[in-house]
Amino acid sequence: MIRIKTYKPLRPGGKKRKRLALVFLLFLLTTQFLNVYGVQRFPKPEFESGYFQPETLQPAGRAEMLAIMDVFFLVLSLAIVTWLVLKKRSRTGVFWMSLASLAYFGFYRQGCVCSIGAIQNMTLALFDKSYVLPLSAIAFFILPLIVTLFFGRTFCAGVCPFGAMQDLVSFNPQKAGPKLNTVLGLIPYIYLGLAVLYAATGTDFIICRYDPFVGIFRFNASFGMFIFAGALLISGIFIARPYCRFLCPYGVLLNWVSRFSWKHLTITPAQCIQCRLCEDSCPYDAIDMPVTGKNPEIRTATLRKMILICLLIPFFTVLGGWTGSQLHETLAGVNGKVRLSRALLQPAQTTGQPESIEITAFKSSGKPVSQLYAETSLLLKKFYTGGWVLGCFLGLVFGITLAYRMVTTYKTDYTPNKGACFSCARCVDFCPVTLNNNTPKLT
Amino acid sequence: MEEPENNPKFNRRKFFATGLRASFLLGIGGVAALVAKRSIAGGMVWQLDPAKCVQCGRCATNCVMAPSAVKCVHVYAMCGYCDLCGGYFKPETKTLTTAAENQLCPVNAIKRKFVEDPFFEYTIEEPLCIGCGKCVKGCGSFGNGSLQLQVRHNICVNCNHCSIARNCPSDAFSRLPASQPYLLRQVSVENQITAKTPGR
Repeated sequence: MIRIKTYKPLRPGGKKRKRLALVFLLFLLTTQFLNVYGVQRFPKPEFESGYFQPETLQPAGRAEMLAIMDVFFLVLSLAIVTWLVLKKRSRTGVFWMSLASLAYFGFYRQGCVCSIGAIQNMTLALFDKSYVLPLSAIAFFILPLIVTLFFGRTFCAGVCPFGAMQDLVSFNPQKAGPKLNTVLGLIPYIYLGLAVLYAATGTDFIICRYDPFVGIFRFNASFGMFIFAGALLISGIFIARPYCRFLCPYGVLLNWVSRFSWKHLTITPAQCIQCRLCEDSCPYDAIDMPVTGKNPEIRTATLRKMILICLLIPFFTVLGGWTGSQLHETLAGVNGKVRLSRALLQPAQTTGQPESIEITAFKSSGKPVSQLYAETSLLLKKFYTGGWVLGCFLGLVFGITLAYRMVTTYKTDYTPNKGACFSCARCVDFCPVTLNNNTPKLT
Repeated sequence: MEEPENNPKFNRRKFFATGLRASFLLGIGGVAALVAKRSIAGGMVWQLDPAKCVQCGRCATNCVMAPSAVKCVHVYAMCGYCDLCGGYFKPETKTLTTAAENQLCPVNAIKRKFVEDPFFEYTIEEPLCIGCGKCVKGCGSFGNGSLQLQVRHNICVNCNHCSIARNCPSDAFSRLPASQPYLLRQVSVENQITAKTPGR
């Protein structure tokens, strides 16, 4: 239709030319349709033998009811596990629930959609107004967070299939030590930051892409992912739940929220008697030991520490932000559009390499190059801002982690670290205190 | 202004904890409310647009399922029932027989059946099809384009992010509401135009 509008008006008296032009126009229109739509070159035959033309089948996907059932099972298992952890204080119960979750969310639902991946759906929905997300993705993101806000990370204990999988293989857990725990514990923040950045720019869902366990649930994985999953499970024999502690981005959110939880699993049902029986019970190094050193610190020294912390945190935040912004072109290199633009901008190939499929496909799509470049420059701007935000976030996390290592909090009892504790209830079995027989005397 | 430290009912620590808990709850609820408007109960599924597809062959190799959940789908209403089918025979074929060396399909998934002179019916045996798109390319180049690649939702596990989509060179994959999960091109031109209109 555009061709009609751009057609120049004819001079008067040229009726023949007008008709010719019309024919030409019609021809142009038909060829255009031929190119774009591939009009039938061979008309459908009129059958005389009574041939019945079969219908093209369009099998439907998973029923809507089943998505509702997933959410129902999520709520149900969250409720049961929370009850088992906080009321029944039963490790055995949590174990069987985690097996059930592994069977349902893992092997039956094949790990999709999961709470960890739902971070990206939520991010993309916040940044891309045209993205429509399934209601179950919102439920899977929100519900564990809310439960954690009230009762601690019971989701990790017995609902998450990833955690259940790793819990099964942790035969001989070793202590990693606070230093290693702190350093490796920074990785999830990086992973979360990158996942949010790439989801917000509509680049990729990296959590799903590098999901080690989904291949196991589907009995089908690429070689690289198979090696990754194998390495995680084998190291999981000695380092309990390596993915949860040192990779899981959703664990970061749960950690934050769990610190302010209303109720939380306690090692002892009543009063801690300092018997030290639970000291080595936690495979995740999530029990905070009592710190009772009552030597008062020197006032000037603590003041100096305080000033140092107050300077270090903003310093690392700005430094991180600046580094992130400098890296934005590298970060953007993952984006397909950015890669395509770079490939197109490369000087004409001298090495007789065949043109990549991407370039051929782009040329055949008829989209103007200028439009692609405009989109790419917009994307690069987003990555620049995103680089700043990501860098600031990581710098802040690094600064706060350092500050945490510098300060000492005094406490008298053995308590689970509310942030790191998965509420698996292993420690509960080690505590000799019972609720009825309050504080037995150690002799 | 200090709260009494020894009062177990209400102290500064508890006050901050309650405040933070409330703000977390508000934050989580707020984020959920922001995106809930654009959510859909039935969920979304992945589908590829045959109009954008360039038949690069990556559907066969990039799907998490083996064989791929992308299959060749035959829109019979568009088919010309040709004897010399561009989707069935290799271009250099001399004799129009069902001999293996003549067939374009690497896995023998297209069945050719005589209907009446000179027409033949072609049927895709989907369990065999690997979604390589060779026949789709042949049919689109020489025929009516009635063979089209589509994600089959009885096989697709509906990954959160389709692993074919991220490798598709022509950006043909998109999320569709699960109630209308197919993007097949139909025969009439009007239908094709509506199918091409953005925001379908």
